[in-house]
Amino acid sequence: MASGYRYFETVEKHAGLLGIGIAIMVSLGGLAEITPLFIRAQQMAPPANVKPYDALRLAGKDIYVREGCYLCHSQMIRALVAETERYGHYSVAEESMYDRPHQWGSKRTGPDLARVGGKYSDDWQRQHLINPRKTELESNMPGYPWLAKEALDPSDILARMRTLRRLGDPYTDADLAAAPAALEGKTALDALVAYLQGLGTTLSANGTLPDAMLDPSALEPAP
Amino acid sequence: MQTTETYNDYIVRLFLLAAAVWGIVGMSIGVLVAAQMAWPALNFDISWLTFSRLRPNHTFGVIFAFGGSALMGTCYYVVQRTGHTRLALPRLANFTFWGWQLACFLAMATMPFGITQSKEYAEPEWPIDILIAVVWVSFGAVFFATLARRRIRHIYVANWYYGAFIIAVALLHIVNNLVLPVSLTKSYPIYSGVVDAMVQWWYGHNAVAFFLTAGFLGMMYYFVPRQAEQPLWSYRFSIVNFWALISVYMWAGSHHLIYTALPDWVQSVGTVFSLVLLMPSWGSAANGLLTFNGSWHKLRTDPAAKFMVISLVFYGASTFEGSMMAVKSVNELSHYTDWTIAHVHSGSIGWVAMITIGSLYAMAPRALGQPQMYSRNGMELHFWLHVIGLLLYVIAMWAAGVTEGVMWRATDANGALIYPFINSLLAVKPLYVIRFGGGLMIVAGMVVMAWNLWHTAADARKNLITPIPVPIPEPEAQQMPPPLSAAR
Ligand code: HEC
Ligand code: HEM
Ligand code: HEM
Repeated sequence: MASGYRYFETVEKHAGLLGIGIAIMVSLGGLAEITPLFIRAQQMAPPANVKPYDALRLAGKDIYVREGCYLCHSQMIRALVAETERYGHYSVAEESMYDRPHQWGSKRTGPDLARVGGKYSDDWQRQHLINPRKTELESNMPGYPWLAKEALDPSDILARMRTLRRLGDPYTDADLAAAPAALEGKTALDALVAYLQGLGTTLSANGTLPDAMLDPSALEPAP
Repeated sequence: MQTTETYNDYIVRLFLLAAAVWGIVGMSIGVLVAAQMAWPALNFDISWLTFSRLRPNHTFGVIFAFGGSALMGTCYYVVQRTGHTRLALPRLANFTFWGWQLACFLAMATMPFGITQSKEYAEPEWPIDILIAVVWVSFGAVFFATLARRRIRHIYVANWYYGAFIIAVALLHIVNNLVLPVSLTKSYPIYSGVVDAMVQWWYGHNAVAFFLTAGFLGMMYYFVPRQAEQPLWSYRFSIVNFWALISVYMWAGSHHLIYTALPDWVQSVGTVFSLVLLMPSWGSAANGLLTFNGSWHKLRTDPAAKFMVISLVFYGASTFEGSMMAVKSVNELSHYTDWTIAHVHSGSIGWVAMITIGSLYAMAPRALGQPQMYSRNGMELHFWLHVIGLLLYVIAMWAAGVTEGVMWRATDANGALIYPFINSLLAVKPLYVIRFGGGLMIVAGMVVMAWNLWHTAADARKNLITPIPVPIPEPEAQQMPPPLSAAR
């Protein structure tokens, strides 16, 4: 065989070399793809209308995360006509910049929720979450009746917001001070509904995204 | 020649038992969540029995508890056999067993109660993640220390794959799970939004690559030649495929985020590397299948060989499918639908579960001191239950995925959408019932396997078997670590 193979044989006989070779090869791809994104995200100035979640919505978002809604619902409208027709303007990166972890999802057993805010009344949302078959007979979404009975813990939210601030989310001292009161007497269901009603509302009132947030790439036409 | 050194098969037997138990647990939960998708009343309005709380238990249970136990057990078996040496660091090896079982148990016991990071395939909260990291590093230490005292200079290719599996999973696990804790049971990732999505799918895709592929390829490269009683079709080809596979996989994660808010260039890199990835994938599948040349008659007599051959066919099929799904125009249809679920399970029930079952059937009698498995008919029954269940599952989900994809984008002459969302759910519900039936058959097969293993292990349970001595090769200057005694 080619004489080059001799050098290769060295690797085949030395566990240490093999390990180092593997470590290098498996690191390249991730470094190349993640580092630029990370740097860009560090430099990204948040658009004026994108604010971190207020206390109640943050609590609601954490319920959404805890219950695993993302396993059936995406929050990422792709830039395709069939999607924008059904769900509204396609999602842009800034809209999820305060989501830890992101809730883009990978499976749509139910519809996309990226712009569900304001689509239904609070009452509809409550009923639907407690028993989805009240509003849609054939739905296979589980009911979440326990949320209505679960009181929120106003002291816990402070710890959460402080942690997020340490990670760089721009909460002010005033935000923190007001947080416990915002949760007083509220249930997990109230918080989740507040979160859902806020989804996609960084859209300006006339239903389009502020120009600065538009991605220049055009929509793909449906085939 | 001294013959006091014996193989440490005790640890292998422990992992074998764990794999059989977790296999049944993880797949039974899969059947339950499959049933809940067809009949939502089965959520019973009980929080910890709800679909969205249990689904992570299915994925964690089958991937890390079942797959992980099988991988660690076979890894310990293979590294001893191919190096002609007893396992190094036996205490640490025992720790890897108990530590891993504890981590799996804690994860499965906390996730249904809402203690979760909700990062797909990395759900357990940070204290469990730390335990996993410690066990994993110990696993690596045992593996590399055993390699270091091998008596065959050449490192057999199966160990390459196991080694890559260990190193890459450590890297993935640590980078993906960097969080800031709020309390013992809640934390926030240091990444957010787009970056979190990219890290998540770099991790998610490479969990597939290194947990569900590289590790199981290690299994394949040892047990397939063993069961076919043929040398590997091409050794050199397997090495070329190795380097190609491990370097290309890491670039392909962004194919999970096509048409999303991820920058375009990253999406395109993912697509291109996914297409290239087909070559090493098919290379390994072909290498395994061609190894059966000259031994095809075994398919009539040996159910373990049948499991292996079908697993390789499904490996080839699911990687082909995956590469196609990474093409933008196909992903446009398949993303978010049950097509992804079909792809996942043709890879996991077809490739991962079948190569595992085949290898366990090949390894168990040897590790349990028996000439063969207790019941050949049991293996035969398992094979047919598994294959029919698999086909029902995968074909139903392909049909469901294409139905959803087509209905979601169907428009009338005016460009208006034809179907409300709920119509697509109604259309696929019967297919969810078929999937549930397929799943039941697969679990039934796993129960047959457990029964068969239990009987094969009768002597081992009564301590009637003697450890197998390590055949120590003729001394050669560089390859003579002295024999280890069984007591160490
Ligand atoms: C088993 C999958 C499943 C899970 C888990 C699930 N859903 Fe749903 N969801 C659906 C389906 C299917 C629909 C469409 C039928 C309906 O309206 O119930 C839906 C509809 C919705 C809608 C109405 C969307 C619209 O545009 O009409 C909202 C809001 C919603 N779900 C919120 C949630 C929240 C919040 C959670 C977590 C607490 C959740 N869902 C968990 C399947 C699921
Ligand atoms: C008895 C056999 C099985 C049944 C009935 C089953 C059922 C299911 C169901 C119902 C889902 C959820 C799908 C959805 O949300 O739409 C799922 C997801 C999943 N299963 Fe299984 N499963 C089985 C075996 C396995 C095995 C053996 C593995 C891996 C080794 C596996 C890996 C996964 C993964 C990775 C997912 C997540 C897929 C995704 O998010 O795209 N499953 N399974
Ligand atoms: C050449 C090899 C492969 C390629 C290029 C590939 C590609 C893909 C693509 C494009 C998706 C769809 C992502 C989306 O639209 O959301 C996907 C999903 C998936 N694949 Fe593969 N695949 C390959 C092999 C495998 C194998 C062998 C397995 C399993 C054992 C596997 C397991 C999965 C899982 C679990 C998902 C679902 C992730 C999720 O959404 O939760 N893949 N793969």
